[in-house]
Amino acid sequence: MSDKMRKRLLDVIPPTVTIILFFLIWEVGCLVFRVDEFVLPRPSVAVETYFRWQSAIWPNALQTLYTTLVGFGLAIVMGVALGALIGYSELLYKALYPLLIGFNSIPKAALVPVFVIWFGVGTMPAILIAFLIAFFPIAVNVGTGIATVEPEMQDVLRSLGGSRFDMFRKIGFPRAMPYFFASLKVAVTLSFVGSVIAELGASNRGIGNMMVIASSRFEVPLVFAGLLVVAAMGVALYAAFALLERRMVRWAYRGQN
Amino acid sequence: MTMHMNTENPICVELQGVSLNYVSNGRNVHALQDVTLAIRQGEFVAIVGPSGCGKTTILKLVAGLLPPTQGQVLIDGAPVKGPQKNVGMAFQNPILLPWRTALENVLLPLEIVQPHRQEFARNRRKYEEQALHLLHTVGLEGFADKAPYELSGGMQQRVSLCRALIHQPEILLLDEPFAALDAFTREELWGVLQTLWQDRGCTVILVTHDLREAVFLASKVYVMSKRPGRLVQEASVDLPRPRTLEDTFEPAFVNLVHHLYTCIGEVRA
Repeated sequence: MSDKMRKRLLDVIPPTVTIILFFLIWEVGCLVFRVDEFVLPRPSVAVETYFRWQSAIWPNALQTLYTTLVGFGLAIVMGVALGALIGYSELLYKALYPLLIGFNSIPKAALVPVFVIWFGVGTMPAILIAFLIAFFPIAVNVGTGIATVEPEMQDVLRSLGGSRFDMFRKIGFPRAMPYFFASLKVAVTLSFVGSVIAELGASNRGIGNMMVIASSRFEVPLVFAGLLVVAAMGVALYAAFALLERRMVRWAYRGQN
Repeated sequence: MTMHMNTENPICVELQGVSLNYVSNGRNVHALQDVTLAIRQGEFVAIVGPSGCGKTTILKLVAGLLPPTQGQVLIDGAPVKGPQKNVGMAFQNPILLPWRTALENVLLPLEIVQPHRQEFARNRRKYEEQALHLLHTVGLEGFADKAPYELSGGMQQRVSLCRALIHQPEILLLDEPFAALDAFTREELWGVLQTLWQDRGCTVILVTHDLREAVFLASKVYVMSKRPGRLVQEASVDLPRPRTLEDTFEPAFVNLVHHLYTCIGEVRA
């Protein structure tokens, strides 16, 4: 029992210490070098600003969370579907991969103006950017997991007369699940970044929009309060999906817990 | 329930002048040359030979995973034209699906092979009982719900044997199934396999490079030459069954192993 407790503490203490140190250095640095609040506000000021503006920040934060999760949900559906296709068929993989790479190479921020032309300013561009940015890692991971099934494992099913689809259903797809859940952790934070980027230029709501307005009024502490909220939500989403991963594909983490 | 081998049993597996060539890394590999053998129903046959002599290839031909270049493979008189549903196979590595429990791994063939496949959802209870019984037979009661990584190598290989047998195949193909295990576990599993075979009366082809294993388990041992693999010797093992590990120290057993050892020495030279 005490061994388990010690392991728990070892999981929790180092990251907590790092974060505290980070904010401490930031705070003390600003004080020692007399950095203007207008340039870089101290974290204590940002936090104080957060509490002062809480009621204004939260609706915006929830809007960002909403566009992130809707875009991310779409990315999961499409990513898994396309990943399954390119994992299942080498022909489709060869046919689609260059196009996928091409799409993924486009900086997503460059698409914001295009989406504004198509859908206008608002929720839609944010959802689409969140979707596009998260879609690729999910598809590639699922595809890789399915395509790299060991030949020995294939022989097990082949010797039973299993079809290609049996192979996919019984082996390829379950085998790809650790890849899938690993990609979700990365993809959800990317989605979040995508939403905020879209909101910076093409929304009248959301945390990104709030930061743009705050900076145009030179309310730098509020900008930083916004950044802190963004970071906190990103960490929370990552943690949620890391937890989900542990739950869902425990077999892939044998002996680690 | 002991199967009494007699020469009256019909022929189950037959290879007629089978040769196999394949191209690997741009080189033509001559794996098997003119292999002819007939195995009767319920017989336990072992094939021994130097490594890389094409022992495994014979199993893949019988399983229908590979087509022969020349000659033909017959099961119950019908030519093999693809994977067979009445064949069970176990490999050198257990190759269990890591996301499934031991029980679920054993059930896998029933989800694939007809007619069980169709009835699987409806008869799941019945199938699970069969699987549990099989796990019990190989000494794995209480481990049904364990994941593969929670089992030792020997236990995983037992699960793999159960998986090969759950759909009650007529033919059991074993590709060095105990080669990766320590000596004690391996010899313990010989006894388990002997019991399973005596209970079920299926035809077994065991590929191994362990001569004691071959003599302990088989009724007939074939010796293969190095590549291209040919059958160069055939030895009947007429020792009474069930054989025990004690028997492996008897002169009759030792002499037979020694005889095979000499044969292998000659083909390797």
